[in-house]
Amino acid sequence: MDTAHSYRRLTQLLSRGSLTRFVIVRLAATGLLLLVLSFVVFALLHLTPGDPARNLVGVRNVTPELLQSIRDKYHLNDPFMSQYLHWLGNVLHGDFGESIRNNTTVTTLLSDRVTLTLQLASLSFVLTVLVAVPLGIAAAWRSGSVLDRSVSAASIVGIGAPTYAVGLLLLYVFGLWLDIFPVYGSGDGGLDRWWHLVLPAITLASGLAAMVFKLTRTAVIAELNQDYVAFAQSRGLSHRQIRSLVLRNAMIPVATSLGLVFAFLFGGTILVEVTFALQGIGSLLAGSVTFKDLPVVQAITLLTATVIALTALTVDILYYLVDPRVRKRGPR
Amino acid sequence: MKLRRSRRPIIPIVTGIPLSIIAIFVIASRWIVPNATRQDIMTGVTSPGTTGHLFGTDQLGRDITQLAIAGAGSAVVGPIVIALGSMMIGILLGTFAGYMGGWLDLLLSKYADLLLALPTTLVALVVTGLVDGGYWVTVLVLIMLFSPTDIRMVRGSVIAQSGRPYIESAKVLGLGRTRIMFRHILPNVLPVAFSTMLLNVAFALVSMSALSFLGLGVGPGVPDWGRQLSDSRDLLDRNWGSLVLPAMLIIITAAAINLLGDWLQERFEERSVSR
Repeated sequence: MDTAHSYRRLTQLLSRGSLTRFVIVRLAATGLLLLVLSFVVFALLHLTPGDPARNLVGVRNVTPELLQSIRDKYHLNDPFMSQYLHWLGNVLHGDFGESIRNNTTVTTLLSDRVTLTLQLASLSFVLTVLVAVPLGIAAAWRSGSVLDRSVSAASIVGIGAPTYAVGLLLLYVFGLWLDIFPVYGSGDGGLDRWWHLVLPAITLASGLAAMVFKLTRTAVIAELNQDYVAFAQSRGLSHRQIRSLVLRNAMIPVATSLGLVFAFLFGGTILVEVTFALQGIGSLLAGSVTFKDLPVVQAITLLTATVIALTALTVDILYYLVDPRVRKRGPR
Repeated sequence: MKLRRSRRPIIPIVTGIPLSIIAIFVIASRWIVPNATRQDIMTGVTSPGTTGHLFGTDQLGRDITQLAIAGAGSAVVGPIVIALGSMMIGILLGTFAGYMGGWLDLLLSKYADLLLALPTTLVALVVTGLVDGGYWVTVLVLIMLFSPTDIRMVRGSVIAQSGRPYIESAKVLGLGRTRIMFRHILPNVLPVAFSTMLLNVAFALVSMSALSFLGLGVGPGVPDWGRQLSDSRDLLDRNWGSLVLPAMLIIITAAAINLLGDWLQERFEERSVSR
C-alpha cells in the first residue's frame, strides 16, 4: 500500500493515452493561458495613458487625500509584481474592485447584467443550430444543386455581413415599419424579455449560422468522400442506413466547432447589445471602455477569456471521449 | 447529379461592378463631393426624396449620399492597409516558422493561441478605447490581431510545400535555406496568401466600421460609414435613408470582397491540387 503502489498508480494515470493524463495536461495549459491573460489584463491599468490613481478616481474631485487612499487601496506604491499578486488574490476571491462610473462593486454590477447576455447568447445559439446544421447537411447531400449553391452564396455574404448593420436594418423593418417587435430595451422579465430578445438573437445568429452552415457542409462532404461510403453503397446498404452512418461521423467535428461558436457569441453580443440598447455585459463593456472604467473592463475581459478557455477545454475533453483517434495522438 | 460549374466567370463580373464604383469613390471623392461635410443647421433632418437630397439629410443637415461617398475612403483604406500589413507579417514569420520549425515555431503558435483565446472585437475595443487611439492606432491594433491567422495559414502551406520533390531537389543541389524559402517555396504560397488577404480586407472593413459604430476609430466630423450608422439610430423615425444607405454600402462592399476572395481561393486550391 505504500509508496511503490501509489507511484505505480500515478504513472498509470499519467501514461500516454490515459484520460487522466489528457485532462491534467489540458487543465495545466488552460490554467497557464489564463494566468498569462490575467497578467495582461492587470497591466491594462498601467498601459492606459495617465496616472493609474487618477484614472481610478474617475470624475470625483481629485484631492491629495483621495489619491492617497486610492493608492493605498490598490497598493499602487508597491512594486508592479506585488500589485499584481494583490489584485490576483482579490480576483480569485471574486473581488474585482469598485466601478468608477457606478458607485457599486464590479461584482454586483456584473451579476445584474449577466442574465440578459446569457439569455441572448443561448437563444441565438439555439437558432443557429436549428437552422444551420440541417441546411448544411441538406446542402452537402445535394452538393452542386440549386439549394446548395444559393445557400452557400448566402453564407459567404452572411459571414461577412456586419452584425450592427443587419441588426439596424431588422430593427427598422420589423420594429418601426411593420411594428411587430419591440424596438429598444430588454422588456419586463418573463416572456416579455424573450420577446424583446427575438430580433437581437436573429441578428446575432445570422453571422454564426453562416459559419456553422459552412462547417457542417464541409464535414458532411468530407465524410461522404470516405471509402466506407462507396463500400456501403456497393454492398447495397439502404440510403437510410448510409445516411445514419455518415451523419454520426460527420457530427463530431461539427459538435467541436459548436463549442467554439458558443464562446465567440460573447464577442458578438457587444455589438448586438449596443445596437438594440440592451443592458447586458457587452453594452456594459462598450460603455466602460469609453468611460475608462478600468475595474469593469478588466473584470469583463478576464471573465470572457475564462468562459472561452473553459468551453474549449470541455470541448477538447468531449472530443477525446468521442473520437478514439485523438487518444493515439495525445494532447495537442 | 452534380451541376457542371459554369465556365463563364460570373463572380468576378458581378462583384467587379460594385467594387469599381467604390474604388472610384475612394480615389475621387474629394472631386465628386467636395462639400460632403458642409453643415446646414437650418435644413436639419429631412427624409429621403427631398429635393437635392436623394437619401435625405442628418441632424446637422449634411447630405447622406454625399457623406457616404466621402466615407468610402476611411471605410476601405484602413482595411487594405490592415490586410497588407498582417499578410506581410504572416509571410515573413510564417515562412520562417514553417521551414525552420524549432523555438520560433513554438513561440509563434503560443502567441497565436493567446490572441485566439479572446474575441477580436473585444480586444480591439478594449485596446483602442483605453489608449484613445485614432484611426491609425486602430489599424495597428487590428494588424496585430489579424496576423496570427495569417502566420498559421502561411506556415501550413509552407510545410505542405516543403515536402514536395522540387524542394528535395533544390536541397540536393545545395541551395541555401533563405534562397529555397523565398525563391522557391514563397512563389507557390503567394496565390493562396493573396486570396486570404482579400478575405481579410472584408473582415477588417467590418471590424473597423464596428469600432467606429461604437464611437472609436475615426475622429468626430470625419465622414465614415460606421459613424453614419451609429448616428442614424437617433433618426430612424425621421429619415430611414440615413440607415439604409451606409448599411447597404457596408454589406455590399464586404459581400463583394468576400465572394471574390472565396472564388479566387477555390481557383487557386483547384490549381495546386491538379499540379
